[in-house]
Amino acid sequence: MSHILIVLALFALLALLFGLLLGYAAVRFRVDADPVVEKLDALLPQTQCGQCGYPGCRPYAEAIANGDVINKCVPGGEPTIKRIADLMGVDVPSSDEIERPIKRVAFIHEDLCIGCTKCIQACPVDAIVGAAKMMHTVIKSECTGCDLCVDPCPTDCIEMIDVPTTPDSWNWDLETIPVRMIK
Amino acid sequence: MTLSRVIDKIWSGKLWDFHGGIHPEEHKLESSEVPLVEAAIPPLLVLPLKQHIGSSAEVIVQPGDRVLTGQPLTRPESRMQVPIHAPTSGIISSIEPHTVAHPSGLSELCIHIQPDGLDEWRERFPLPDYQSLTPLELVGRIHEAGIAGLGGAGFPTDVKLATGREKVEILIINGAECEPYISCDDRLMREEAQRIAEGIEVVRHILKPRLVLIAIEDNKPQAIAAMQAVVDGEQVQVRVIPTKYPSGAARQLIEVLTGRQVPSGKRSLTLGVIMLNVGTVFAVRQAVLDDEPLIRRVVTLTGDRFGKPGNAWVRLGTSVRWLLGQFQLNPEPRQRIIMGGPMMGFTLPHADVPIVKISNCLMAPSEVELPPPGEEMNCIRCGQCADACPVSLLPQQLYWYSKAGEHDKAQEYHIDDCIECGACAWVCPSSIPLVQYYREEKAELRRLEEEAQQAERAKQRFEAKKQRLEAERLNRENRHQQASQARREQMTQQAGGSDPIAAALARVKARQAELAASATTPGIPNLGSEAIQAARAARKQQALQRQQGSATQPAAVTPVLTAANPAQDNPAQTSTDPKTAAIAAAVARAKARKAEQQAASDAPVTPSEAATTQPAISTAAEAPASETAELDPKKAAIAAAVARAKARKAEQQAASDALVAPSEAAATQPAMSAADESLAPETAELDPKKAAIAAAVARAKARKAEQQAAATQPTMSAADESPAPETAELDPKKAAIAAAVARAKARKAEQLAAQHAASSGSSTSAPADPTPPSSTESH
Repeated sequence: MSHILIVLALFALLALLFGLLLGYAAVRFRVDADPVVEKLDALLPQTQCGQCGYPGCRPYAEAIANGDVINKCVPGGEPTIKRIADLMGVDVPSSDEIERPIKRVAFIHEDLCIGCTKCIQACPVDAIVGAAKMMHTVIKSECTGCDLCVDPCPTDCIEMIDVPTTPDSWNWDLETIPVRMIK
Repeated sequence: MTLSRVIDKIWSGKLWDFHGGIHPEEHKLESSEVPLVEAAIPPLLVLPLKQHIGSSAEVIVQPGDRVLTGQPLTRPESRMQVPIHAPTSGIISSIEPHTVAHPSGLSELCIHIQPDGLDEWRERFPLPDYQSLTPLELVGRIHEAGIAGLGGAGFPTDVKLATGREKVEILIINGAECEPYISCDDRLMREEAQRIAEGIEVVRHILKPRLVLIAIEDNKPQAIAAMQAVVDGEQVQVRVIPTKYPSGAARQLIEVLTGRQVPSGKRSLTLGVIMLNVGTVFAVRQAVLDDEPLIRRVVTLTGDRFGKPGNAWVRLGTSVRWLLGQFQLNPEPRQRIIMGGPMMGFTLPHADVPIVKISNCLMAPSEVELPPPGEEMNCIRCGQCADACPVSLLPQQLYWYSKAGEHDKAQEYHIDDCIECGACAWVCPSSIPLVQYYREEKAELRRLEEEAQQAERAKQRFEAKKQRLEAERLNRENRHQQASQARREQMTQQAGGSDPIAAALARVKARQAELAASATTPGIPNLGSEAIQAARAARKQQALQRQQGSATQPAAVTPVLTAANPAQDNPAQTSTDPKTAAIAAAVARAKARKAEQQAASDAPVTPSEAATTQPAISTAAEAPASETAELDPKKAAIAAAVARAKARKAEQQAASDALVAPSEAAATQPAMSAADESLAPETAELDPKKAAIAAAVARAKARKAEQQAAATQPTMSAADESPAPETAELDPKKAAIAAAVARAKARKAEQLAAQHAASSGSSTSAPADPTPPSSTESH
């Protein structure tokens, strides 16, 4: 009889101990945000273009974490989809049209710009400088190529142009024959 | 092993070795045995803005400007920007993109100079006593001279010297020149040993190292001899190292000379070592002592197809094509021109490419001499590449991962440490262009890194914008709140201390309460609003009536109309305040219409029953009208109107009930009229005002009760009569009024009865009420 009591007391003590331990751990090692969302957000290209239907990259990351499909990111293209698929442990949705997107930046034709500031308000990353009734221009290095400034322009003076390859950004593809201008 | 001990060992003449390495055929003698010549000034010079690692500086000349030899063409704004200078005097013909010396064959912005052949120098400030300048001033002078590492990487020399100042223990002058075919450093050391020694002194003055080592491979005995002749052999020593490719690579040479490896991802300065190419040292000397910026360099021109191989001083910007012609190229079909050596160089896309600061060799090999790479075969995992790798990497693994695009794995296997020396590809029995794979992978990794950085920046900027917009919104709201607060305070002051909004709210509330009260207790009506509402309702009703009147069955409608009309026609009412009376009348009419309408719609189904209700209606309508005659004209009229309205309602209800249970409805009529009359005498002696109200209330109540009673059982009419006598004793005034009302009614009824009797005298339903207006079809 006393054995049983001792065993019971022992287990009760252990249960209490572990309970306290778990309680302490729950407080001490508490994770505030959903870490999956952070990881997904880090994989997304942060163009903030809204082409996925969400107002920015983080909302889409949250949506994926809640079960949305992973192939909505247009600027990220196939590489991003693959990485998200790896992270989420899902299959890459079969789709023919997704491929690596060409990186583009906005370009303002300055002779047409009337200085309406509409593109400045549309730019999610503040990559357009200018003031009212002054010519605007795009900071090329900060432009994410999201297209959001193109539609608001009343004079259609914003064009998306491909980022030219420079010797620094060249990918060592020796198969491509460089185009040479003959004068 | 501390560096002091290393230096001790170096003193004792010890040399180390590095892993791997290869021994390709040297082919140096073709070019190294011909004295250095001066290449002439070409007809056009094309100067890329960027000829080094870093970014291009700002152009400070315009097309059409005349520039002198050595004149700066760009102005650097940071340390990683290196200026370029005019290699000879001439006119700037244009500033436009031109193919640059790069394997991609891409174009970059270049300054095009049309030389005038005079080679007229700008004013020069030679500085023979450079020791009088501080090291930093000398570094500035080197920066202005546009000197970048001439060994091949093109790292800005002044940056190297500035960061290495006072941290350097060992300065290594790299004259190893390990790559086959190239002999430009060999030739320079042979012919300009004295100046190189002076350059070493300049660098020593800046860096103050404990030891200077000049490393030369043992296949250049003449260069070794020339250098040994000009150095003291104590602080500055010539070290002869065994020939092995790639001993001239910075990290490998450091390992050979000091036995220590530069940690992965770090610079050699972490070991206290700085390395400069002999050509760079010579350029430093020229810049400091002679004020000659970097406008020319030694270029090896070699290969079987050159009729006159050798080394030449070539002005930067000279076209390769022009140079090939100068050195009598005898081209074969599809002649390849390789810039750099056979191991690390690249085939030029075409010959219209300028010589830049890092171009050390031009090679025009024949097919036999340097066969094009064989067909790529599968990796057989022989492991020779791993044996040859001077960095001790695993080229096989890197190959697999690069090919498969497994970037993480490639990085895990230290692809970044690959120096692209080409030893692995050289030994590969399957002719796999391994370095090409690594370069592609490195470019991809660099791109991904850049993208990640840009994404991070975009994220930060996006967050910042969101935060800013939120702050602006809050600010705006705050401002609006403050403005409204200020306005309110101002109004309060104007209104004499009380809060005007609160006051207004209170007024509204009071009004609402009043309205509610008047709605529930018809005895105390709010005169103004109710009258207006009533008038409005009446007008509406009339309009409706006009619309519907013709449509509905006239038999049912007309009697009701006549029943309601007496109230309006009542002469007694006309004696009251004309305005209010008119309104009351209008209200009454409206009510009547409503009732009629209802009755009319019901009537088609049971016309006879609807007809039976009419007498009741007429009595109710007449009673109040006559009452008001003796009362306070205003209030009385209203009370009358209210009472009538109630009556109508009751009737209406009764009528609708009647449809369901016609017999019961018929029975209620006597009861109703009885209630009306019983009230009348009781209230006769009362205060006219109160009496009228009380009477109205009582009647309304009675109606209500009747209504209910009628629906359930007709016998309840008896109960209705009991409250009436009670009220009689209450107030004498009321009784008087009631009496007056009763009298008025009686008179009216008589009057009407007489009228109708005369006109038609037809069928009349005769209930208890003495004067029922008959259903006059002719009306």
